[in-house]
Amino acid sequence: MYLLNRQQRHVVNYSWMLFSLLIIAFLPFMLFGGLYFKSFLLLKSYTLKDLIFSHSWHPSRGEFGFYPFIVGSVWVTLLAIIISTPICLLTAINVTQYAKKRFLRIMHPVIDILAGIPSVVYGVWGILVIVPFISHYLGPWFGIQTMGYSILAGALVLSVMIIPFILNIMIEIFRTIPTELKEATLSLGATKWQMVKHVLLRKALPGIIASVGFGLARAFGETMAVLMVVGNVIKVPHSVFDPGYTLPALIANNYGEVLSIPQYDSALMFAALLLLVVSLFFNLLMHFFIARYNKY
Amino acid sequence: MKRTLKAEETFFRILMNLTTAIILIILGIIIYSVFEKGMKALSWEMLTSVPSGGYYYGKGGGILNAIVGSLVLAIGATVLAFVIGLPVALYMNVFLVRRKKLVNLIRFILDLIWGVPSIVYGAFGFTLMVFIGLQTSLLAGIITVTLFILPIMIRSMDEILRTVPMGLSEATYSLGSNKSELAFKIFTRQSVSGIITAVLLSFGRAIGDAASVLFTAGYTDNLPNSLMEPVATLPLSIFFQLASPVPEVQARAYASALVLTVIILIVSLFSRGLGKRYHKTKINF
Repeated sequence: MYLLNRQQRHVVNYSWMLFSLLIIAFLPFMLFGGLYFKSFLLLKSYTLKDLIFSHSWHPSRGEFGFYPFIVGSVWVTLLAIIISTPICLLTAINVTQYAKKRFLRIMHPVIDILAGIPSVVYGVWGILVIVPFISHYLGPWFGIQTMGYSILAGALVLSVMIIPFILNIMIEIFRTIPTELKEATLSLGATKWQMVKHVLLRKALPGIIASVGFGLARAFGETMAVLMVVGNVIKVPHSVFDPGYTLPALIANNYGEVLSIPQYDSALMFAALLLLVVSLFFNLLMHFFIARYNKY
Repeated sequence: MKRTLKAEETFFRILMNLTTAIILIILGIIIYSVFEKGMKALSWEMLTSVPSGGYYYGKGGGILNAIVGSLVLAIGATVLAFVIGLPVALYMNVFLVRRKKLVNLIRFILDLIWGVPSIVYGAFGFTLMVFIGLQTSLLAGIITVTLFILPIMIRSMDEILRTVPMGLSEATYSLGSNKSELAFKIFTRQSVSGIITAVLLSFGRAIGDAASVLFTAGYTDNLPNSLMEPVATLPLSIFFQLASPVPEVQARAYASALVLTVIILIVSLFSRGLGKRYHKTKINF
């Protein structure tokens, strides 16, 4: 019935498992090594400080200043986090503490669908809804003429994209807070809101910070949706209504034309390396933060 | 004092209900705007034909190349990720079950690479491609997307396999089975529903991601017919059609976005339905 006997099948299965595990274990090192190797050409001829703080981006003249892209990325990411954190926090408290159980069952598919919508579709939505909203209503309201394609548009689209991600973690955190703790507080005569404010939020604070950190790392690398609405103008932005350019958008937009200039190719790989490092750094930081906190 | 307390609570409760409503409304707006714009341009011709000459200037044709391409690429990547991912998840939960520290380290690595943005996988995939001498092709796209969905698939399977009770392993060992039999015959069967959910989740990610296939899979107006040739994908077709100045082509981009959204919604529905259905075959302790 089988080609091999039981023992041989065990050996085959076991080796395949071990081989697959090795692929996974080496993947982060491969990612880092591969990108570092490719960006080595650029790092060899420029110092890291020059690359990060220089304003001028003229690949044909051999000037590679990443500052406008980094600033653009940071603005979009921070703005998105500032918008979505309070929304997620309040909703998570509402869903876990105040709302009926039934409501959580409605909320789960909503989060799933929001998380599942592809980033290109978020981009289309941004172009259809957010960009006209900014150019027709929000901009004139502040007395600013704008096309709508701006840092703010990127941040708004991005904030919606990370809501399911942050909200999911926050709901999980609030659910792990022991019921005894809440009951003890309530039995001492505290109102429900006092319980939430003084006990629940304090107990959950490290988890909340971690969820925002994970959201930050995720938002920083988001490509297509931001690329479609952010304007893609290589300039350090001065207000949220200015168009900007982000690091992932830089890579995605320019890949077709780089092959003629080796340093350009290397520069885009350096941008990818930067994204990888930022993402790994934030994730590591948050993991250690949680691990440390969990000891007490 | 009491009144301010009450007022504060009321204020925050209103705020909470407001934010919850905002999230529901945003989802409603997204679905509505994509459907409303997409339905106008959607036609049978668009779903069943490949782009003819001058399609990108508003002439006839459709996006069948992108629909088929995306499905082939996503299915290929999901199958490959399953072949690598399931053994890893099983290994972690059957062979390493007593080595908590090592398992936690692997989980930690998986969580780290889960957080890596897909554009980085795209850039890495391109490097890898150049390194092994591959052109932009279906194969390169599949490999890149596989790397991208692997951590998602393994971690979701791992979360399910973790819940398999110790007693079941002990009972299986006492009947004389070895570890790989326990893994592939008992653990997989006990966790079918979770594994299906994990696979469908990864499939959804694979079909929706554009940044990782941008440089690796390329783009073509033909249907995919070889692993070594470029392949069109839905997210990229949306992206390219939107970049066109011709209004008809932009309208088709909205229709393509609708097609992609519907595929994602169907996958999400299926994963809920199938998950529930196979729950019944599980042994409960």
